[in-house]
Amino acid sequence: MAASLNGRAAVVGIGETAYLRGSDKSALALQLEASLRAVEDAGLEPKDIDGILPYASGAAVAEDFITNFGLEDVTFSATTPMGGASCVAAIQAAAIAVATGLCRNVLLPIGRRGYSDSRVASRVAAMPQFHVVSEFEAPSGTIAPAQLYAPMARRHMELYGTTADQFAEVAVTMRRHAMLNDNAIMRKPMSVEDHHASRMICDPYRLFDCCLESDGGAAIVISGAERAADTRRPVPIMGVAEGHPDSPSVITQRPEITRLGLAKAAPRAFGMAGVGPEDVDVAEVYDCFTWTVICQLEDLGFCPKGEGGAFVEGGRIGLDGALPVNTHGGLLSQAHIVGMNHVCELVKQMRGEAGRAQVADAEVGLVTGYGDLGDGSLAIMGAAA
Amino acid sequence: MSVERPVPEATIDSKPYWDGLKERRLLLQQCGDCGRVRHYPRPMCAACHSLEVRWIEATRRGRLYSWTEVHHPFVPGFRDEIPYVMATVELDEGVRLQCQMLDAASAGLRLDLPVEIVFREVQDGLVLPFAQVQNGILTDGASRP
Repeated sequence: MAASLNGRAAVVGIGETAYLRGSDKSALALQLEASLRAVEDAGLEPKDIDGILPYASGAAVAEDFITNFGLEDVTFSATTPMGGASCVAAIQAAAIAVATGLCRNVLLPIGRRGYSDSRVASRVAAMPQFHVVSEFEAPSGTIAPAQLYAPMARRHMELYGTTADQFAEVAVTMRRHAMLNDNAIMRKPMSVEDHHASRMICDPYRLFDCCLESDGGAAIVISGAERAADTRRPVPIMGVAEGHPDSPSVITQRPEITRLGLAKAAPRAFGMAGVGPEDVDVAEVYDCFTWTVICQLEDLGFCPKGEGGAFVEGGRIGLDGALPVNTHGGLLSQAHIVGMNHVCELVKQMRGEAGRAQVADAEVGLVTGYGDLGDGSLAIMGAAA
Repeated sequence: MSVERPVPEATIDSKPYWDGLKERRLLLQQCGDCGRVRHYPRPMCAACHSLEVRWIEATRRGRLYSWTEVHHPFVPGFRDEIPYVMATVELDEGVRLQCQMLDAASAGLRLDLPVEIVFREVQDGLVLPFAQVQNGILTDGASRP
Protein backbone atom coordinates (compact mmCIF):
# COMPACT_ATOMS: atom_id res chain seq x y z
CA MET A 1 0.00 0.00 0.00
CA ALA A 2 1.28 3.42 -0.93
CA ALA A 3 2.47 5.65 1.88
CA SER A 4 0.00 8.41 2.66
CA LEU A 5 0.77 11.95 3.72
CA ASN A 6 -2.91 12.85 4.03
CA GLY A 7 -3.50 14.90 7.17
CA ARG A 8 0.12 14.72 8.28
CA ALA A 9 1.28 18.14 7.12
CA ALA A 10 -0.20 21.58 6.60
CA VAL A 11 0.72 24.87 5.02
CA VAL A 12 0.92 27.16 8.02
CA GLY A 13 2.24 30.36 6.49
CA ILE A 14 2.38 32.19 3.16
CA GLY A 15 4.25 35.32 2.14
CA GLU A 16 4.46 37.32 -1.07
CA THR A 17 6.24 40.47 -2.09
CA ALA A 18 4.81 42.97 -4.53
CA TYR A 19 4.98 41.43 -8.02
CA LEU A 20 6.57 43.83 -10.46
CA ARG A 21 8.14 44.46 -13.80
CA GLY A 22 11.33 46.00 -12.53
CA SER A 23 12.54 45.71 -8.96
CA ASP A 24 15.52 47.32 -7.27
CA LYS A 25 15.86 44.36 -4.91
CA SER A 26 18.01 41.30 -5.47
CA ALA A 27 16.41 37.91 -6.06
CA LEU A 28 17.72 36.85 -2.65
CA ALA A 29 16.31 39.93 -0.91
CA LEU A 30 12.93 39.30 -2.56
CA GLN A 31 12.70 35.77 -1.23
CA LEU A 32 13.99 36.73 2.20
CA GLU A 33 11.24 39.35 2.37
CA ALA A 34 8.60 36.80 1.29
CA SER A 35 9.98 34.20 3.70
CA LEU A 36 9.81 36.58 6.63
CA ARG A 37 6.17 37.29 5.81
CA ALA A 38 5.41 33.56 5.58
CA VAL A 39 7.04 32.90 8.94
CA GLU A 40 5.13 35.80 10.52
CA ASP A 41 1.89 34.66 8.89
CA ALA A 42 2.34 31.31 10.62
CA GLY A 43 2.94 33.00 13.95
CA LEU A 44 6.46 31.61 14.02
CA GLU A 45 9.89 33.16 14.23
CA PRO A 46 12.74 32.55 11.79
CA LYS A 47 14.57 30.46 14.40
CA ASP A 48 11.69 27.94 14.21
CA ILE A 49 12.68 27.02 10.65
CA ASP A 50 14.72 23.81 10.52
CA GLY A 51 14.16 22.72 6.93
CA ILE A 52 14.77 24.65 3.69
CA LEU A 53 13.77 23.68 0.14
CA PRO A 54 14.86 26.52 -2.15
CA TYR A 55 13.90 26.66 -5.83
CA ALA A 56 16.33 24.37 -7.63
CA SER A 57 17.02 26.65 -10.58
CA GLY A 58 17.02 29.83 -8.57
CA ALA A 59 19.35 32.44 -7.26
CA ALA A 60 19.59 31.26 -3.66
CA VAL A 61 20.64 28.11 -1.84
CA ALA A 62 19.83 26.86 1.65
CA GLU A 63 23.04 28.42 2.97
CA ASP A 64 21.76 31.89 2.07
CA PHE A 65 18.75 31.44 4.33
CA ILE A 66 20.80 29.96 7.15
CA THR A 67 23.14 32.94 6.90
CA ASN A 68 20.56 35.70 6.61
CA PHE A 69 18.16 34.34 9.20
CA GLY A 70 20.98 33.23 11.50
CA LEU A 71 19.58 29.71 11.77
CA GLU A 72 21.55 27.50 14.12
CA ASP A 73 20.43 23.97 13.31
CA VAL A 74 18.81 23.20 9.97
CA THR A 75 18.25 19.45 9.79
CA PHE A 76 17.12 19.06 6.18
CA SER A 77 17.68 20.83 2.89
CA ALA A 78 16.98 19.64 -0.62
CA THR A 79 15.89 20.84 -4.02
CA THR A 80 13.34 19.44 -6.45
CA PRO A 81 14.74 20.30 -9.87
CA MET A 82 11.57 20.08 -11.96
CA GLY A 83 11.37 23.56 -13.49
CA GLY A 84 7.87 24.93 -13.05
CA ALA A 85 6.83 21.75 -11.25
CA SER A 86 9.45 22.38 -8.55
CA CYS A 87 7.44 24.43 -6.06
CA VAL A 88 4.57 21.94 -5.77
CA ALA A 89 6.95 18.97 -5.86
CA ALA A 90 8.76 20.61 -2.93
CA ILE A 91 5.49 20.43 -0.98
CA GLN A 92 5.74 16.65 -1.21
CA ALA A 93 9.35 16.66 0.00
CA ALA A 94 8.48 19.02 2.85
CA ALA A 95 5.46 16.94 3.87
CA ILE A 96 7.67 13.85 4.05
CA ALA A 97 10.18 15.73 6.17
CA VAL A 98 7.63 16.95 8.72
CA ALA A 99 5.59 13.71 8.72
CA THR A 100 8.68 11.71 9.64
CA GLY A 101 9.65 14.17 12.34
CA LEU A 102 12.88 15.04 10.55
CA CYS A 103 11.84 18.70 10.61
CA ARG A 104 9.36 20.82 12.49
CA ASN A 105 8.88 23.73 10.09
CA VAL A 106 10.08 23.72 6.50
CA LEU A 107 10.52 26.89 4.45
CA LEU A 108 9.88 26.81 0.69
CA PRO A 109 11.13 30.12 -0.73
CA ILE A 110 11.47 31.47 -4.25
CA GLY A 111 12.52 34.83 -5.58
CA ARG A 112 13.46 35.99 -9.01
CA ARG A 113 14.14 38.90 -11.27
CA GLY A 114 12.63 37.25 -14.34
CA TYR A 115 11.88 40.62 -15.85
CA SER A 116 14.94 42.57 -14.81
CA ASP A 117 17.70 39.98 -15.14
CA SER A 118 18.07 36.80 -17.14
CA ARG A 119 15.30 36.09 -19.59
CA VAL A 120 13.91 32.68 -20.30
CA ALA A 121 16.15 31.53 -23.17
CA SER A 122 19.35 31.95 -21.16
CA ARG A 123 17.80 30.56 -17.97
CA VAL A 124 16.75 27.38 -19.72
CA ALA A 125 20.13 26.94 -21.38
CA ALA A 126 21.75 26.98 -17.94
CA MET A 127 19.60 24.16 -16.52
CA PRO A 128 21.40 20.80 -16.43
CA GLN A 129 18.15 18.95 -17.16
CA PHE A 130 18.14 20.59 -20.57
CA HIS A 131 21.44 19.11 -21.75
CA VAL A 132 19.76 16.85 -24.32
CA VAL A 133 17.76 19.72 -25.78
CA SER A 134 20.86 21.93 -25.70
CA GLU A 135 22.92 19.44 -27.67
CA PHE A 136 20.43 18.06 -30.18
CA GLU A 137 17.64 20.60 -30.64
CA ALA A 138 18.88 24.06 -29.74
CA PRO A 139 21.35 24.18 -32.67
CA SER A 140 18.40 23.81 -35.08
CA GLY A 141 16.46 26.59 -33.37
CA THR A 142 14.52 25.15 -30.44
CA ILE A 143 15.66 27.07 -27.37
CA ALA A 144 12.86 28.70 -25.40
CA PRO A 145 9.94 26.98 -23.68
CA ALA A 146 7.47 28.47 -26.18
CA GLN A 147 9.35 26.69 -28.97
CA LEU A 148 9.61 23.45 -27.04
CA TYR A 149 5.96 23.33 -26.02
CA ALA A 150 4.27 24.71 -29.14
CA PRO A 151 4.45 21.38 -31.04
CA MET A 152 2.53 19.75 -28.16
CA ALA A 153 -0.27 22.29 -28.58
CA ARG A 154 -0.17 22.01 -32.37
CA ARG A 155 -0.53 18.22 -32.25
CA HIS A 156 -3.41 18.53 -29.78
CA MET A 157 -5.15 20.92 -32.18
CA GLU A 158 -4.63 18.58 -35.12
CA LEU A 159 -5.72 15.45 -33.25
CA TYR A 160 -8.68 16.86 -31.33
CA GLY A 161 -9.74 20.07 -33.04
CA THR A 162 -8.67 22.33 -30.16
CA THR A 163 -8.94 25.96 -31.28
CA ALA A 164 -7.30 29.35 -30.79
CA ASP A 165 -10.65 30.57 -29.43
CA GLN A 166 -10.31 28.02 -26.64
CA PHE A 167 -6.75 29.22 -25.93
CA ALA A 168 -8.17 32.75 -25.78
CA GLU A 169 -10.83 31.65 -23.29
CA VAL A 170 -8.01 30.67 -20.91
CA ALA A 171 -6.09 33.93 -21.42
CA VAL A 172 -9.15 36.14 -21.07
CA THR A 173 -10.32 34.31 -17.94
CA MET A 174 -6.91 34.68 -16.27
CA ARG A 175 -6.97 38.38 -17.10
CA ARG A 176 -10.45 38.81 -15.67
CA HIS A 177 -9.25 37.22 -12.43
CA ALA A 178 -6.11 39.37 -12.34
CA MET A 179 -8.27 42.47 -12.55
CA LEU A 180 -9.65 41.54 -9.12
CA ASN A 181 -6.16 41.23 -7.66
CA ASP A 182 -4.29 44.27 -6.33
CA ASN A 183 -1.01 42.35 -6.63
CA ALA A 184 -1.41 41.43 -10.30
CA ILE A 185 0.78 42.98 -12.98
CA MET A 186 -1.66 42.83 -15.92
CA ARG A 187 -4.98 44.43 -15.07
CA LYS A 188 -6.09 45.97 -18.33
CA PRO A 189 -9.17 44.24 -19.81
CA MET A 190 -8.46 41.64 -22.53
CA SER A 191 -10.94 40.40 -25.12
CA VAL A 192 -10.81 37.34 -27.36
CA GLU A 193 -10.13 39.78 -30.22
CA ASP A 194 -7.19 41.27 -28.29
CA HIS A 195 -5.81 37.76 -27.88
CA HIS A 196 -6.15 36.97 -31.59
CA ALA A 197 -4.54 40.30 -32.51
CA SER A 198 -1.48 39.78 -30.32
CA ARG A 199 1.66 38.97 -32.28
CA MET A 200 2.56 35.42 -33.15
CA ILE A 201 5.48 34.12 -31.08
CA CYS A 202 5.60 30.50 -31.99
CA ASP A 203 2.55 29.10 -33.77
CA PRO A 204 0.05 28.33 -32.29
CA TYR A 205 1.22 30.53 -29.41
CA ARG A 206 0.56 34.24 -29.66
CA LEU A 207 1.96 36.72 -27.17
CA PHE A 208 -1.17 36.47 -25.01
CA ASP A 209 -0.83 32.68 -24.84
CA CYS A 210 2.52 33.15 -23.09
CA CYS A 211 3.12 33.89 -19.42
CA LEU A 212 4.74 37.00 -18.03
CA GLU A 213 8.33 37.56 -16.96
CA SER A 214 8.23 39.05 -13.48
CA ASP A 215 10.20 40.15 -10.44
CA GLY A 216 9.08 39.05 -7.01
CA GLY A 217 9.32 36.61 -4.18
CA ALA A 218 6.95 34.11 -2.56
CA ALA A 219 7.33 31.57 0.21
CA ILE A 220 5.37 29.12 2.29
CA VAL A 221 6.02 27.28 5.53
CA ILE A 222 4.94 23.66 6.01
CA SER A 223 4.64 22.05 9.43
CA GLY A 224 3.59 18.67 10.77
CA ALA A 225 -0.10 18.31 11.60
CA GLU A 226 0.26 18.53 15.38
CA ARG A 227 2.52 21.55 15.34
CA ALA A 228 0.33 23.16 12.67
CA ALA A 229 -2.65 23.10 15.01
CA ASP A 230 -0.96 25.81 17.09
CA THR A 231 -0.55 28.17 14.13
CA ARG A 232 -2.90 30.91 12.98
CA ARG A 233 -4.73 29.28 10.10
CA PRO A 234 -3.22 25.96 8.93
CA VAL A 235 -4.38 24.52 5.59
CA PRO A 236 -4.19 20.72 5.58
CA ILE A 237 -2.44 18.87 2.78
CA MET A 238 -4.72 16.01 1.70
CA GLY A 239 -2.75 14.61 -1.20
CA VAL A 240 0.48 15.41 -3.00
CA ALA A 241 2.49 13.79 -5.80
CA GLU A 242 5.00 14.40 -8.55
CA GLY A 243 5.07 12.72 -11.94
CA HIS A 244 7.74 12.42 -14.58
CA PRO A 245 6.68 11.90 -18.19
CA ASP A 246 8.14 9.24 -20.42
CA SER A 247 11.31 10.57 -22.06
CA PRO A 248 11.56 13.29 -19.41
CA SER A 249 14.62 15.05 -20.79
CA VAL A 250 13.33 15.56 -24.31
CA ILE A 251 9.76 16.02 -25.53
CA THR A 252 10.45 14.91 -29.09
CA GLN A 253 10.99 11.24 -28.19
CA ARG A 254 7.98 10.97 -25.88
CA PRO A 255 5.51 8.26 -26.96
CA GLU A 256 2.67 10.82 -26.88
CA ILE A 257 3.60 14.47 -26.49
CA THR A 258 0.11 15.57 -25.43
CA ARG A 259 0.27 13.58 -22.17
CA LEU A 260 2.17 15.17 -19.26
CA GLY A 261 3.86 13.82 -16.15
CA LEU A 262 0.85 15.15 -14.29
CA ALA A 263 -1.20 12.26 -15.72
CA LYS A 264 0.91 9.93 -13.57
CA ALA A 265 0.82 12.13 -10.47
CA ALA A 266 -2.92 12.84 -10.49
CA PRO A 267 -4.24 9.36 -9.58
CA ARG A 268 -1.69 9.14 -6.77
CA ALA A 269 -2.57 12.52 -5.28
CA PHE A 270 -6.34 12.03 -5.62
CA GLY A 271 -6.02 8.53 -4.18
CA MET A 272 -4.05 9.85 -1.22
CA ALA A 273 -6.59 12.62 -0.66
CA GLY A 274 -9.57 10.31 -0.95
CA VAL A 275 -11.33 12.69 -3.31
CA GLY A 276 -11.82 12.92 -7.06
CA PRO A 277 -11.87 15.75 -9.60
CA GLU A 278 -15.63 16.09 -9.06
CA ASP A 279 -14.93 17.19 -5.46
CA VAL A 280 -12.59 20.06 -6.41
CA ASP A 281 -14.01 23.54 -5.79
CA VAL A 282 -11.06 25.63 -7.02
CA ALA A 283 -7.97 24.82 -9.08
CA GLU A 284 -4.74 26.79 -9.41
CA VAL A 285 -3.21 25.32 -12.57
CA TYR A 286 0.31 26.16 -13.75
CA ASP A 287 -0.24 28.34 -16.80
CA CYS A 288 3.05 29.01 -18.51
CA PHE A 289 0.98 28.81 -21.72
CA THR A 290 -2.76 28.74 -22.33
CA TRP A 291 -2.76 25.25 -23.83
CA THR A 292 -0.83 23.90 -20.85
CA VAL A 293 -3.91 24.61 -18.74
CA ILE A 294 -6.16 22.76 -21.19
CA CYS A 295 -3.87 19.73 -21.24
CA GLN A 296 -3.49 19.62 -17.47
CA LEU A 297 -7.27 19.72 -16.95
CA GLU A 298 -7.40 16.56 -19.08
CA ASP A 299 -4.49 14.88 -17.31
CA LEU A 300 -6.04 15.75 -13.93
CA GLY A 301 -9.15 13.85 -15.00
CA PHE A 302 -11.61 16.75 -15.21
CA CYS A 303 -12.42 15.61 -18.75
CA PRO A 304 -11.22 12.93 -21.20
CA LYS A 305 -8.08 13.47 -23.30
CA GLY A 306 -8.88 15.76 -26.19
CA GLU A 307 -11.86 17.46 -24.56
CA GLY A 308 -9.97 20.11 -22.58
CA GLY A 309 -10.63 22.77 -25.19
CA ALA A 310 -14.38 22.31 -24.95
CA PHE A 311 -14.08 22.06 -21.18
CA VAL A 312 -12.75 25.61 -20.76
CA GLU A 313 -15.50 27.13 -22.94
CA GLY A 314 -18.59 28.92 -21.72
CA GLY A 315 -17.11 30.39 -18.57
CA ARG A 316 -16.59 27.06 -16.83
CA ILE A 317 -13.14 28.07 -15.48
CA GLY A 318 -14.25 31.56 -14.47
CA LEU A 319 -14.94 32.66 -10.95
CA ASP A 320 -18.66 31.95 -11.36
CA GLY A 321 -18.10 28.73 -13.29
CA ALA A 322 -18.19 25.12 -12.19
CA LEU A 323 -14.40 25.01 -11.77
CA PRO A 324 -12.76 28.37 -11.09
CA VAL A 325 -9.15 28.22 -12.33
CA ASN A 326 -6.33 30.57 -11.34
CA THR A 327 -8.38 32.89 -9.22
CA HIS A 328 -5.33 35.18 -8.81
CA GLY A 329 -4.69 35.64 -12.51
CA GLY A 330 -1.98 33.00 -12.90
CA LEU A 331 1.38 33.28 -14.60
CA LEU A 332 -0.47 34.69 -17.60
CA SER A 333 -1.75 37.83 -15.89
CA GLN A 334 -0.77 38.01 -12.21
CA ALA A 335 2.98 37.28 -12.29
CA HIS A 336 5.48 34.51 -13.00
CA ILE A 337 6.73 33.40 -9.60
CA VAL A 338 7.16 29.82 -10.84
CA GLY A 339 3.80 28.80 -9.40
CA MET A 340 4.55 29.63 -5.78
CA ASN A 341 2.02 32.40 -6.36
CA HIS A 342 -0.46 29.64 -7.26
CA VAL A 343 0.31 27.83 -3.99
CA CYS A 344 -0.19 31.04 -1.98
CA GLU A 345 -3.48 31.67 -3.77
CA LEU A 346 -4.78 28.18 -3.00
CA VAL A 347 -3.93 28.63 0.67
CA LYS A 348 -5.84 31.94 0.67
CA GLN A 349 -8.82 30.22 -0.96
CA MET A 350 -8.80 27.40 1.59
CA ARG A 351 -8.64 29.98 4.39
CA GLY A 352 -11.45 32.03 2.93
CA GLU A 353 -9.04 34.95 2.61
CA ALA A 354 -8.97 35.38 -1.18
CA GLY A 355 -10.80 38.69 -1.19
CA ARG A 356 -12.81 39.55 -4.29
CA ALA A 357 -11.70 36.27 -5.91
CA GLN A 358 -12.91 34.08 -3.06
CA VAL A 359 -14.74 30.95 -4.21
CA ALA A 360 -17.69 30.51 -1.84
CA ASP A 361 -17.53 27.49 0.45
CA ALA A 362 -14.31 26.11 -1.04
CA GLU A 363 -13.65 22.84 0.77
CA VAL A 364 -11.24 21.08 -1.60
CA GLY A 365 -8.73 22.81 -3.84
CA LEU A 366 -5.75 21.84 -5.90
CA VAL A 367 -2.58 23.41 -7.23
CA THR A 368 -0.40 22.02 -10.01
CA GLY A 369 3.12 22.60 -11.17
CA TYR A 370 4.33 21.99 -14.71
CA GLY A 371 7.72 22.38 -16.26
CA ASP A 372 11.08 21.03 -17.18
CA LEU A 373 9.76 19.62 -20.49
CA GLY A 374 6.71 17.93 -19.01
CA ASP A 375 7.25 17.20 -15.32
CA GLY A 376 4.12 17.54 -13.25
CA SER A 377 3.23 17.98 -9.60
CA LEU A 378 -0.02 18.28 -7.73
CA ALA A 379 -1.12 19.16 -4.21
CA ILE A 380 -4.69 18.84 -2.94
CA MET A 381 -5.62 20.89 0.11
CA GLY A 382 -8.65 21.09 2.36
CA ALA A 383 -10.36 24.03 4.02
CA ALA A 384 -8.58 25.56 7.00
CA ALA A 385 -10.07 24.43 10.29
CA MET B 1 23.56 37.25 -21.14
CA SER B 2 22.88 36.97 -24.82
CA VAL B 3 22.92 33.66 -26.59
CA GLU B 4 24.17 33.33 -30.13
CA ARG B 5 23.28 30.34 -32.25
CA PRO B 6 23.95 27.36 -29.95
CA VAL B 7 26.66 25.00 -31.16
CA PRO B 8 26.46 21.37 -30.12
CA GLU B 9 29.12 19.99 -27.83
CA ALA B 10 29.53 16.34 -28.75
CA THR B 11 30.01 13.84 -25.96
CA ILE B 12 31.67 10.45 -26.00
CA ASP B 13 28.22 8.95 -26.52
CA SER B 14 27.12 11.28 -29.30
CA LYS B 15 30.31 11.90 -31.28
CA PRO B 16 29.51 9.35 -34.02
CA TYR B 17 26.16 11.10 -34.62
CA TRP B 18 27.79 14.50 -35.16
CA ASP B 19 30.63 13.01 -37.18
CA GLY B 20 28.00 11.31 -39.36
CA LEU B 21 26.22 14.59 -40.04
CA LYS B 22 29.51 16.13 -41.19
CA GLU B 23 29.61 13.35 -43.80
CA ARG B 24 25.93 14.01 -44.57
CA ARG B 25 24.85 10.71 -43.12
CA LEU B 26 22.11 10.35 -40.51
CA LEU B 27 23.36 7.77 -38.02
CA LEU B 28 21.22 6.27 -35.28
CA GLN B 29 22.16 4.14 -32.31
CA GLN B 30 20.99 0.56 -32.29
CA CYS B 31 21.27 -1.66 -29.22
CA GLY B 32 24.07 -4.15 -29.76
CA ASP B 33 22.10 -6.82 -27.94
CA CYS B 34 18.35 -6.50 -28.50
CA GLY B 35 18.47 -4.44 -31.68
CA ARG B 36 16.21 -1.62 -30.58
CA VAL B 37 16.89 1.72 -32.29
CA ARG B 38 17.08 4.78 -30.03
CA HIS B 39 17.57 8.52 -30.32
CA TYR B 40 18.96 10.88 -29.13
CA PRO B 41 22.29 9.11 -28.47
CA ARG B 42 22.79 7.82 -24.94
CA PRO B 43 24.74 5.02 -23.24
CA MET B 44 22.08 2.48 -22.32
CA CYS B 45 19.22 0.61 -23.98
CA ALA B 46 16.12 1.28 -21.87
CA ALA B 47 14.60 -2.05 -22.96
CA CYS B 48 17.42 -4.48 -22.06
CA HIS B 49 19.94 -2.22 -20.27
CA SER B 50 22.74 -3.22 -22.59
CA LEU B 51 25.61 -0.77 -23.00
CA GLU B 52 26.55 -2.29 -26.35
CA VAL B 53 25.96 0.10 -29.25
CA ARG B 54 26.20 -0.08 -33.00
CA TRP B 55 25.44 2.72 -35.42
CA ILE B 56 23.12 2.30 -38.39
CA GLU B 57 22.45 4.67 -41.25
CA ALA B 58 18.84 5.87 -41.27
CA THR B 59 16.63 5.75 -44.35
CA ARG B 60 16.04 9.50 -43.90
CA ARG B 61 12.34 9.00 -44.50
CA GLY B 62 9.59 9.73 -42.07
CA ARG B 63 6.35 11.53 -41.32
CA LEU B 64 5.50 14.84 -39.74
CA TYR B 65 4.55 14.26 -36.10
CA SER B 66 4.09 17.92 -35.16
CA TRP B 67 5.51 21.35 -35.87
CA THR B 68 5.66 24.99 -34.88
CA GLU B 69 6.27 28.08 -36.97
CA VAL B 70 8.68 30.28 -35.05
CA HIS B 71 8.19 34.04 -35.36
CA HIS B 72 10.16 35.26 -32.35
CA PRO B 73 13.89 34.48 -32.43
CA PHE B 74 14.51 34.43 -28.63
CA VAL B 75 18.28 34.52 -29.25
CA PRO B 76 20.11 36.77 -31.73
CA GLY B 77 21.56 33.79 -33.59
CA PHE B 78 18.22 33.05 -35.26
CA ARG B 79 17.09 36.59 -36.02
CA ASP B 80 17.89 36.22 -39.73
CA GLU B 81 16.03 32.92 -40.05
CA ILE B 82 12.56 33.80 -38.74
CA PRO B 83 9.97 32.79 -39.54
CA TYR B 84 11.04 29.17 -39.69
CA VAL B 85 9.20 25.92 -39.12
CA MET B 86 10.53 23.46 -36.57
CA ALA B 87 9.36 20.01 -37.54
CA THR B 88 9.12 16.97 -35.32
CA VAL B 89 9.68 14.06 -37.68
CA GLU B 90 8.92 10.46 -36.88
CA LEU B 91 11.49 8.49 -38.86
CA ASP B 92 10.67 5.14 -40.43
CA GLU B 93 13.07 3.65 -37.84
CA GLY B 94 10.53 4.62 -35.13
CA VAL B 95 12.48 7.43 -33.45
CA ARG B 96 11.95 11.15 -33.89
CA LEU B 97 14.11 14.03 -34.99
CA GLN B 98 13.56 17.73 -34.54
CA CYS B 99 14.81 19.95 -37.34
CA GLN B 100 13.91 22.94 -39.44
CA MET B 101 11.63 22.35 -42.41
CA LEU B 102 12.60 23.59 -45.86
CA ASP B 103 9.93 25.18 -48.08
CA ALA B 104 7.38 24.74 -45.34
CA ALA B 105 5.21 27.65 -46.47
CA SER B 106 4.13 25.77 -49.58
CA ALA B 107 4.04 22.33 -48.02
CA GLY B 108 0.53 22.27 -46.56
CA LEU B 109 1.65 20.99 -43.20
CA ARG B 110 -0.45 18.24 -41.64
CA LEU B 111 0.11 15.31 -39.34
CA ASP B 112 1.71 12.32 -41.07
CA LEU B 113 2.86 14.35 -44.06
CA PRO B 114 5.64 12.24 -45.66
CA VAL B 115 9.00 14.01 -45.29
CA GLU B 116 12.63 13.23 -45.87
CA ILE B 117 15.77 14.39 -44.14
CA VAL B 118 18.42 16.36 -46.03
CA PHE B 119 21.52 18.20 -44.84
CA ARG B 120 22.69 21.78 -44.82
CA GLU B 121 25.92 23.29 -43.54
CA VAL B 122 24.57 26.16 -41.42
CA GLN B 123 27.96 27.52 -40.44
CA ASP B 124 31.55 26.39 -40.79
CA GLY B 125 31.80 22.78 -39.77
CA LEU B 126 28.23 22.48 -38.49
CA VAL B 127 25.99 20.28 -40.64
CA LEU B 128 22.42 19.91 -39.42
CA PRO B 129 19.51 17.78 -40.60
CA PHE B 130 16.55 19.50 -42.27
CA ALA B 131 13.17 18.11 -43.26
CA GLN B 132 11.46 18.60 -46.60
CA VAL B 133 8.39 17.17 -48.24
CA GLN B 134 9.19 13.72 -49.64
CA ASN B 135 9.52 13.83 -53.37
CA GLY B 136 11.15 10.50 -54.07
CA ILE B 137 14.49 12.03 -54.95
CA LEU B 138 16.73 12.93 -52.06
CA THR B 139 18.60 16.10 -52.84
CA ASP B 140 22.06 15.12 -51.71
CA GLY B 141 22.72 13.03 -54.77
CA ALA B 142 21.14 9.80 -53.67
CA SER B 143 17.88 8.82 -55.32
CA ARG B 144 15.50 6.43 -53.67
CA PRO B 145 12.84 4.22 -55.19
